Amino acid sequence: MSLEAKNLSFRYRRGQPPVLQAVNLTVHPGERVGLRGPSGRGKTTLCKLLAGYERPGNGQVLLDGRPLSGFRGCCPVQLIGQHPETAVDPLLRLGDTLYEAGPVEEEVLEALHIAPAWLDRYPTELSGGELQRFCIARALRPETRFLLCDEITAMLDLVTQAQIWEFLLDVASRRDLGLLIVSHQSLLLEKLCTRIEQLDV
Amino acid sequence: MEPILEVKGLSIAFQQYDAGTRQRRLPVIRDLSLSIGAGQVVAVVGSSGSGKSLLAHGILGILPYNAAMEGEIRYDGELLTPERVEALRGREIVLVPQGVTYLDPLMKVGPQIRRGKRSPEARAKSRSVLERYGLGAETEELYPFELSGGMARRVLISTAVMETPRLVIADEPTPGLDARAAGRILGHFREIADAGAGMLLITHDLELALTIADRVVVFYAGETVEEADAADFAAGRLRHPYTRALWRALPQNGFMPIPGAQPYPGEIAGGCLFAPRCPHCHPACRAAVPYREADGGRVRCLYPEEGGTP
Repeated sequence: MSLEAKNLSFRYRRGQPPVLQAVNLTVHPGERVGLRGPSGRGKTTLCKLLAGYERPGNGQVLLDGRPLSGFRGCCPVQLIGQHPETAVDPLLRLGDTLYEAGPVEEEVLEALHIAPAWLDRYPTELSGGELQRFCIARALRPETRFLLCDEITAMLDLVTQAQIWEFLLDVASRRDLGLLIVSHQSLLLEKLCTRIEQLDV
Repeated sequence: MEPILEVKGLSIAFQQYDAGTRQRRLPVIRDLSLSIGAGQVVAVVGSSGSGKSLLAHGILGILPYNAAMEGEIRYDGELLTPERVEALRGREIVLVPQGVTYLDPLMKVGPQIRRGKRSPEARAKSRSVLERYGLGAETEELYPFELSGGMARRVLISTAVMETPRLVIADEPTPGLDARAAGRILGHFREIADAGAGMLLITHDLELALTIADRVVVFYAGETVEEADAADFAAGRLRHPYTRALWRALPQNGFMPIPGAQPYPGEIAGGCLFAPRCPHCHPACRAAVPYREADGGRVRCLYPEEGGTP
């Protein structure tokens, strides 16, 4: 089962130049593909297309050779974004956000150092790094086969960054997940990835 | 050298509603001290949620109404009173804020950086400032939503240098920028400092901070745990175990995490805040730990010499 972007093109507004044009990319299970490119080149847009948040103007996103849009239920491709504070409901306690899509294994919470007391808090009461841990725990559904990590540690201090990646690499290898890792930090990508792709127009 | 800014024993606490009408005091910054000289770049490095932005807002006197500040801030050798900071901010003391949300969304870039002034001098000045940062005349006609992340950062810096600042406070100026763009922005900051201003750079990105900073102050859970020369990092002269952990967590330095998480402001007990995660914690670390001079820097640790490799 692999995740495949075939000839993807996308523009946000008609009449504007496309953000992505004829992009091809394949991620196999167990692979960790790094994606880099200057600001504004469509790295985040590509992630949104691959996870089904946006539909491509042209081209296809295929999972196991079938269009991603044909999958029902929990999407096997999960996106973890750059701004955790915009990815959680500000009016829900974090426990409710976390369990919204179903149960989460106790070990995941422990491994991500999510303190039980945080479950009763609202998003504004936690820092970005703390919120990001919830977003990661939530994305690791049993159905998940591919994780798209869009600058998920850019806002974190180095210790937390290393902590989160140690955990994710471990989960990915145990469950044979395919990872797409977007980052501006070349050294980080070199450390994490099995292959690095450059996104240029 | 007389420092431009000197902060001594600064504490900031929030008054919060707990349950119903019961209130509680949430201390977010405790006993913070630092000083910045002319021409110096001092970086404040710490994890998100450690109170870095509040320091900037505290200095500028723009904390929210439910915050209480204690301690001493001196600017140019004199106490920085609320009246004084109000007269100086935006002129001598300027902020390069964290994000584009600090720009007025309904005002074009040009008038915004001129602050409504229409004189030919103001126009010429804004033109030359924007040009210095590689932004053309057409930028003046744009609204904030039409700017890319990198352009917005440069516009924010432009607003700060329209006058001749003596103290520039930059709050997380680089996230979301690629390495080249971030390097260019930090280069602009170095120029501002080299022109004689003091510069306080607030960031979580140790690597970028080290490229321009003279001194680095490390924050942990609202306390300063170490002040070091930028050169101390590569030379292995670090004093506090958290600073060493940060350095070793860099991808190129081992990418080694330490377990645990920073304590939440409401859950802080006495003693060393890093103790639960420290590989060398002694019983004495449970009592108050002073922030003291050590080896050309400052440290809040009773046993800095034991750092080594955990």
